[in-house]
Amino acid sequence: MSKIGIPRAMYYYKYFPMWKTFFEALGAEVVVSQPTSKRTIDEGSKYCVDEACLALKLYMGHVENLKKDVDHIFIPRFTSISKKEYICPKFGGLPDIVRRNIPNLPNIIDSEVNLYKSQNGAYLAALDAGGYFSNDPIKITRAYKKALTIHNEFKDQLKLGIQPEEIFENKLNLIKKPSDNMLNVVLIGHDYNLYDGYFNLDLIKKLKSKDVNVITIEMMEEDIINKKASKLDKKMFWNFGRVAVGTALETIERKNADGIIYLMTFGCGVDSFVADFIERKVRNNSNIPFTLLTIDEHTGEAGLDTRIEAFIDMIRWRYSHDSDISSHG
Amino acid sequence: MTVTFPHMGNTYITVKVLLDELGINYIVPSFDIKKSLEIGAQIAPESACLPLKINLGNYIQAYNEGADTILITGGKGPCRFGYYSEMEKSILKDNGINMDVIALEVPDNGIRGLIGRIEKLTGGFNLYKIFKALRAAVNTSVMVDELERETFRTRPREIEKGSTDKIYNNFKREVLNCIGFKEVEQKILNTIKELNSLELDKNINPLKIGIVGEIFTTIDSDSSLNLDIRLGNMGVEVARAVTVSGWIIDHMLKPALKLPTDDRFIKYSKPYLKTMIGGHAQETIGNSVIYAKDGYDGLLQIYPLTCMPEIVAQCILPAVSEDYNIPLLTLIIDEMSGEEGYVTRLEAFVDLLWKRRERGRIAL
Repeated sequence: MSKIGIPRAMYYYKYFPMWKTFFEALGAEVVVSQPTSKRTIDEGSKYCVDEACLALKLYMGHVENLKKDVDHIFIPRFTSISKKEYICPKFGGLPDIVRRNIPNLPNIIDSEVNLYKSQNGAYLAALDAGGYFSNDPIKITRAYKKALTIHNEFKDQLKLGIQPEEIFENKLNLIKKPSDNMLNVVLIGHDYNLYDGYFNLDLIKKLKSKDVNVITIEMMEEDIINKKASKLDKKMFWNFGRVAVGTALETIERKNADGIIYLMTFGCGVDSFVADFIERKVRNNSNIPFTLLTIDEHTGEAGLDTRIEAFIDMIRWRYSHDSDISSHG
Repeated sequence: MTVTFPHMGNTYITVKVLLDELGINYIVPSFDIKKSLEIGAQIAPESACLPLKINLGNYIQAYNEGADTILITGGKGPCRFGYYSEMEKSILKDNGINMDVIALEVPDNGIRGLIGRIEKLTGGFNLYKIFKALRAAVNTSVMVDELERETFRTRPREIEKGSTDKIYNNFKREVLNCIGFKEVEQKILNTIKELNSLELDKNINPLKIGIVGEIFTTIDSDSSLNLDIRLGNMGVEVARAVTVSGWIIDHMLKPALKLPTDDRFIKYSKPYLKTMIGGHAQETIGNSVIYAKDGYDGLLQIYPLTCMPEIVAQCILPAVSEDYNIPLLTLIIDEMSGEEGYVTRLEAFVDLLWKRRERGRIAL
């Protein structure tokens, strides 16, 4: 049985259940790279230009981690994941970047996923990738349909506020019910930045330990996001830009969020615009506290902790201060 | 209405002709790029790319001189430039600067939206007048690019050092006083004649460097520390395939008229980068291969910090350099770029290329 490796980075957090189901249905053994560690970052930085974002460096580290143990590595070439929208250009060049920088690679499956013109692009990509494991288009189609079902179930679970890693590793019973003292904080960022705990120094865990209810983009209904995002003067042509701005606009309107945290990586082109755009919207149209956290490979944990603590304390003081006033009035 | 527009190298001449021919009031923003960048960097997002910061500075400087409307082109991504108009609109508004932004692109509501924007700009929709002005602008851009190519040729060969720069700088200053296509055309032709009559060293065989990279920083010599001019004065003949006229003709006019375009760069970039990923990554890689095949001595990639498509190209270019045995220097520009550091690296690179040529083509 041939082994296919999937790097635990980038769109792993968006599509892993789908990919796993698909390849296993075709009889392949799916191997995932080790969770991110210092070694991943060191190895990744070695094979990548300095100017790239941390996410790209991590991806290189994960490929390096996989390459010896597998027959194929799945590095799809994403140019677009939704109609008339693009994603970061680095995704389109990912297989080429990997191929030109990491030596001694196994076979790379670089099926192009392009949904710019039609949804059919995903099926074409599945046919291409499935071709490495089966010559039977019907079998591939069946695997693809099964994978799609799993993907939709996965998306529904994310809406309940379960983190991807908890789903992947069946830790569902560990989720605690929110108590009354919880703050609602909307956390905006690329999924590959939010859900890699080593990468963002366990931001979500830290927030939860401070009785914060973390709300992410994945928990928002697509319809609501689209409705809000369509109010912009000019459509955001990045898939992430649309969902992030839609989430922020919905948050502003609902008025039940206590704060918004935007997590970005240094050097991310999409984030540099989207974060600024959202910050302006939030500051001009609401009084919800907003903070921007930027992360790169040199980020110190103590500095980040201080900023998170200060932000959460500030929100809580706001409320306790308000109640002081009312008790005197 | 007084229109202004962002600088990008010599495009101000093309835009000037367009606005002259349409009879629109305009202000050419200040040429003091250091000041523009300083103003822009204060109000732009920290990690936005350099052109956005320079754009913002241009607008504010022109606003202080009385401009009230910004003319800019748009895009559909994934390069950030496509969202410049919206970002700039909201940044200016938040800083208390009330300017109208007219983005010349097909907006979400279709071609009608574009016609509406042109009507707003020209105060009517006289198709003949618009067509005539556009033709004049396209012709201007072609001629300006030809003039620039001429300076690339004469600079390393001139006997009296600095004579090309003198003519070129005079031209850039004086063309501002020419009104309309006829006068600008005459000025360009005269300048080309002047350059042609320069005394050149016929025996010299200058080094040849191909400049590739992001369109703004490669075309706008001032933003990239005049690297192309400096190279010329070091005795290097530079070439740059990405030009304003090329962009207008190959990216806008030819596809619209369904004419075949010069896509050699796509063919040559295929083995390195399979698909179009936005920006000019394909051009950067494809043109690098073409320069290498044409026997150039070196490649210089220039791009502004955090430019997404060029980071992809930068990751892949070392492979081109190795396959074709051609040295490559990547210089990344931002508002912190120190001139001396870049010049030192450039000089070292040129020295390396001369040594290589002396020893014949040997491995790096």
